[in-house]
Amino acid sequence: MSVQQAAQAQAQPQRSKAELIEKWSKPEVITGSEMLLRSLVLEGVDTVFGYPGGAVLYIYDAMYGFSDFHHLLTRHEQGAVHAADGYARSTGKVGVVIATSGPGATNTVTGIATAYMDSSPLVVITGNVVQQAIGTDAFQEADIVGITMPITKHSYLVRKAEDLPRVIREAFHIANTGRKGPVLIDIPKDVSAQKGLFQPVKEVKLRGYNPKVMPNRLQIEKLLDAIAKAERPVILAGGGVIYSGAHEELYQFVTKTGIPITTTLLGLGGFPSGHELHMGMPGMHGTYAANKALQNADLIINFGARFDDRVTMRLDGFAPHARVAHADIDPAEIGKNVPTDIPIVGDAKLVLQALLPEVRSNPKVADWRRQIQKWQQEHPLTYKDSDLELKPQWVISMIYETTKGDAIITSDVGQHQMWAAQFYKFNKPRSWISSGGLGTMGFGLPSAIGAQIGNPDRLVVSINGDGGIQMCAQELAVCAIHNIPVKVAIINNQVLGMVRQWQEIIYDERYSHIDLAGSPDFVKLAEAYGVKGFRATNKEEARRAWEAALAHPGPAVVDFVVPKLENVYPMVTQGRTIDEMILGDEE
Amino acid sequence: MNRRCTLAILVNDQPGVLQRVAGLFGRRGFNISSITVGASEEPGLSRMVIETEGDNRTLEQIQKQLNKLIDVIKVVEVSAQPMVSRELGLIKVTAEPSVRPEIFGLVDTFRAAVVDVSPNTLIIQVVGTSDKVDAMIELLKPYGIRELTRTGVTAMVRG
Repeated sequence: MSVQQAAQAQAQPQRSKAELIEKWSKPEVITGSEMLLRSLVLEGVDTVFGYPGGAVLYIYDAMYGFSDFHHLLTRHEQGAVHAADGYARSTGKVGVVIATSGPGATNTVTGIATAYMDSSPLVVITGNVVQQAIGTDAFQEADIVGITMPITKHSYLVRKAEDLPRVIREAFHIANTGRKGPVLIDIPKDVSAQKGLFQPVKEVKLRGYNPKVMPNRLQIEKLLDAIAKAERPVILAGGGVIYSGAHEELYQFVTKTGIPITTTLLGLGGFPSGHELHMGMPGMHGTYAANKALQNADLIINFGARFDDRVTMRLDGFAPHARVAHADIDPAEIGKNVPTDIPIVGDAKLVLQALLPEVRSNPKVADWRRQIQKWQQEHPLTYKDSDLELKPQWVISMIYETTKGDAIITSDVGQHQMWAAQFYKFNKPRSWISSGGLGTMGFGLPSAIGAQIGNPDRLVVSINGDGGIQMCAQELAVCAIHNIPVKVAIINNQVLGMVRQWQEIIYDERYSHIDLAGSPDFVKLAEAYGVKGFRATNKEEARRAWEAALAHPGPAVVDFVVPKLENVYPMVTQGRTIDEMILGDEE
Repeated sequence: MNRRCTLAILVNDQPGVLQRVAGLFGRRGFNISSITVGASEEPGLSRMVIETEGDNRTLEQIQKQLNKLIDVIKVVEVSAQPMVSRELGLIKVTAEPSVRPEIFGLVDTFRAAVVDVSPNTLIIQVVGTSDKVDAMIELLKPYGIRELTRTGVTAMVRG
């Protein structure tokens, strides 16, 4: 499938979806495989990311000539799951994966864990050996339901074909409501072959699953009161704001109250990064102002962030003066890490809507804003630029300037990820796709493919390190064959940069096994796949290569060769509180 | 400060549900002192009774995390209310004919029962709170306990 085809699929009018539902809703005796495909169509699925194999042959046979959704063949099951994840995070729709049993299923594990940690809605369908063979150590058998139990929101082992319509309806409902997350459906081969009566299921009946979305009025009033009294309030916004589509309400809330805001790694884009009240990201590589603000706040208002350890750093010294209000769709996150004074269980959008009409902030917040501005001026995000070398931060800034903050940026994990989070100013939600919780190398490229499939009209840029790109580089084949025009930037410092930084700062420069010598020539690698490749070693080349990549209608790889020794600052080392920052090189 | 806590968890009677619940305790570092599972008053649902231990924050997390499992219908902290809790123990003791009258005396006092007699052993069944089962075991130790098995606690709120 090309992006143009994907665009057409996306652009299909509502009527056509209704036609599809009409076409596939009739009760009929069909195979489990056909039930699966029809049920996916009825869920509105337009693209499935997958990889065939023995245990899913009936499913793939049913897909032969089936044109009511697209199937994208990745080159590794991990790539399929990350692509589905990028699709899900960038569109808000459920990402769908099909993989075979055994190794196919176990290859999805990293992708599923990535989605689970970042609350991304996926439905992962795996084949399994025939039911009679389950438990016998049969060829390509793995207990994938057992293996993924700790990293899925829920899972199913389907015992008969007639259960499939209900299971699929439930799986989509569970994946994309409440705190979103991946759901696994394991289908033994005999079930996908078996015939049965297909009866579409509309209603979901799950007694054990009723996410609470509407906030408690009493807690809302407590928070309104706390805000009216607070002199040094700070808003901490996380991925929950983006997943609930609460960015507009958040914008109104911030501008109405004048309360400064910091957004977590997953919250980037939930509020415009360039706004004067936005302090950037908090935490280990957060800004000076954001960390100082949290540490000195008298009220922290958390919307949909989970007080991750990379945000709080040393917990017993975190925000010692602050009352904490925490609004989260997942009650288990409230009070899990940070003792909470005002717990609010609910959807971020509904919480903000409940607060907006009545919220009034304290006039003293003006003094607090001045203090924060002072911190921002004292230690802005900065780096020592050079005209001799190509600095990675400069490259990110250039990518930002040339795309005006409107691109979808996906990242891998490591230094380039932190620089992208610091120096790319996001205007819009669902524009920053990055593995935050699990920190999965190899995520950057395949997630960009999924994001591009889901957003054919947007520019998608994938920022990677030279380490991470090699963990899923095989997916360049998918870009090439379907002309998926993602622009892949490799911030190439020839080393595992973040590990090197830790070894330098914490392990007395004992550099252990971080040298990536022997990496391929990335331009040639791109060209070997039929993807346009460019290289840049200085600013002039970087500008020219990047412009050429953007102008090229298809996929392109730009290898930005940057110095080895650059570090990400500010940095808070483990065991320290967030205001104990190493500030590094200042200009 | 750590305290003991008895939870009654109503779950879907589905394959793998015990693994989901036990796995949750394991991976989040929660403690299980005892666990019992059996049918509930409603067909298709089972009730697990888990005895655990932790500080208030941990115990709150345990309940919240359990509630996130789709197959968990309801979690009740039975020990937060007046409750009846019972455990059954089977104790095989060495019992030559000469000491048997003495052992029978203990069994009577505990309203326990001798459920098996062999030439030189007895099996004693004791039912009661865990403390009572503990006490019975303690008193039988001097005779030589050959084998011991306990069911774990099951419990219910009074009234």
